[in-house]
This record gives sequence, structure tokens and C-alpha cells, in this order.
Amino acid sequence: MINMSHFTPLSALLGGLLIGTGAALLILFNGRIAGISGIVGGLLRPLAGDVSWRMAFVLGLIMAPLLYRLIAPLPELQIDAGYPLLIGAGILVGVGTRYGSGCTSGHGVCGLSRLSPRSAVATGVFMSVGFITVFVIRHLLGVN
Amino acid sequence: MALFFAWMAGLIFGLGLLVSGMTNPAKVLGFLDVAGAWDPSLAFVMVGAIAVAAVSFQVSRTRTRSLLGLPINLPTARHIDQRLVIGSMLFGTGWGLAGICPGPALVLMGSGILKGAVFVMAMLAGMGLFERLERQKRPDSPGPISEKKAS
Repeated sequence: MINMSHFTPLSALLGGLLIGTGAALLILFNGRIAGISGIVGGLLRPLAGDVSWRMAFVLGLIMAPLLYRLIAPLPELQIDAGYPLLIGAGILVGVGTRYGSGCTSGHGVCGLSRLSPRSAVATGVFMSVGFITVFVIRHLLGVN
Repeated sequence: MALFFAWMAGLIFGLGLLVSGMTNPAKVLGFLDVAGAWDPSLAFVMVGAIAVAAVSFQVSRTRTRSLLGLPINLPTARHIDQRLVIGSMLFGTGWGLAGICPGPALVLMGSGILKGAVFVMAMLAGMGLFERLERQKRPDSPGPISEKKAS
């Protein structure tokens, strides 16, 4: 059943267009893929001449809320998970995205845009496991 | 100039994450909850992002250098292996637990939300753990090999 009260297709589409524009800028001007986990992970394996563009991109991401706030109040950002769950989830996301060579941006947005079969498999796997994880937590264990 | 464009790309990407709702973990979990009161909005994020990005990748494929004259680094890996699948399974589990993936995590941190910063630290720890395990596996790396033998 679709929750119509939370359904926001227009802002989602507009946000998506902006995300795609960011990815387009990075490949067209810098010749790089906008995969966030890869960009951040590369900072932990620093190579000469390969650090500054990563830092600049990450800085842009972190500064986005500052710019947003100049125009409008920040949208709702609701984190229900407690600290132990957040830490566990963060570690899984960190290890998993590096082991699987990508996340929602690198495999999901860029990989699917390039019609990469490898990224299609990765996206299918992390989306399915995401669906299953939420199903187990909310409907089998009854949390939330 | 290259740094400016990288910064700009990150900024626009981050604004897109905020506008789209991807930075709201409660909304992400609502999208992943297909069996509950499902909020399919985030599927539209993918549609919008891919529509624009696909054109730019099509263009970049016809070039050897970027508009700034930099080499174009498109991924060359094509194999679908255990690493890809197991890594993506671990990521999907973490994503489903908290509703946060790497890009939104950094934006949440930038929004001054403590829980966002804690998630980023845990994520960096996870990535650091990966680097450690990788270094132990690589035979040409100097230090960690003896460490491995010792353990």
C-alpha cells in the first residue's frame, strides 16, 4: 500500500536531476565518477595528486546544507536509530561499500547510467537486502 | 580550476540529496519498507539522476580527456564476483538498519546533526578496517605481512 501523505515525487525528481547534474559535472570536467564511498575511501589510501579533488568534492557535499539554509530552512532530517545501531550500521556501510566497490551513487546512479552490468548486480543486491532488512526489523521483529 | 569544479559538483550533488529527501533517514526507511506504508518517492530520485547522468557518461565515452583536459577515469572492472555481491549485501544491511548511505551521511554531518557525524565516524572506521584487511592480503606490502604471520 502506498503512503500518499508522504509521497513526494516532484521534489524527489528535482533532487534527482540535481544529483545527476553533480555527477555530470564531475565526469565532464574532472573525468571522475561521483561514487561517494569510492571518493571518501580513496582518502584513506592517499596517492600523490589524487587527494585534493576528493577533498574538494567532499567539502562541497558537507557545505550543501549551509547553502541550502541560505535559501530555505533545512528539510526534515529524522534519524530514529539509536547510537549503537547507528555505529553498527555505519561500520557495515563502510566495509560493505568498499568491499563491493560502490554505493547508491557509484553503482546506483553512475553505474546504472553507464549501463554497467556489474553495477546493476550490485544495485539489485543492496536494494534487495535493504528491503529485506527493513522487512525483518519492522514486520518480523516488530521494532518501530 | 579542477578543484573548483569538484567542489561545485559535490555542492550540487549534496543539494540534490537534500531536495530529494535522500538525507532524511526516516523517508529512506519508508522507501525500503515495501510491505508497510510504502513511500515510493525515492524511485523518482533515481529516474531524475540517471536521466541527466546518462547523457554525460554518453558524452564522456566519446572523449579521451575531460573539458579541463584531465584524463577520464571510467571504471574498467567488468567481473561480477563474490566481493561485489558480499560487499553489496553488507552495505544493504547497514543501509536498511539506519536508512543512511555514504553521501547523505556526509550531508547530515554538514547539517550539524550529531548522529550524522557519529555515523560518518563509524563509516570511516569500516572503510579503515577494509584498508587494513586489504593491506594484509597484498603480498607486496612491507609491514603487515609479518604481522599476519605472527597472528
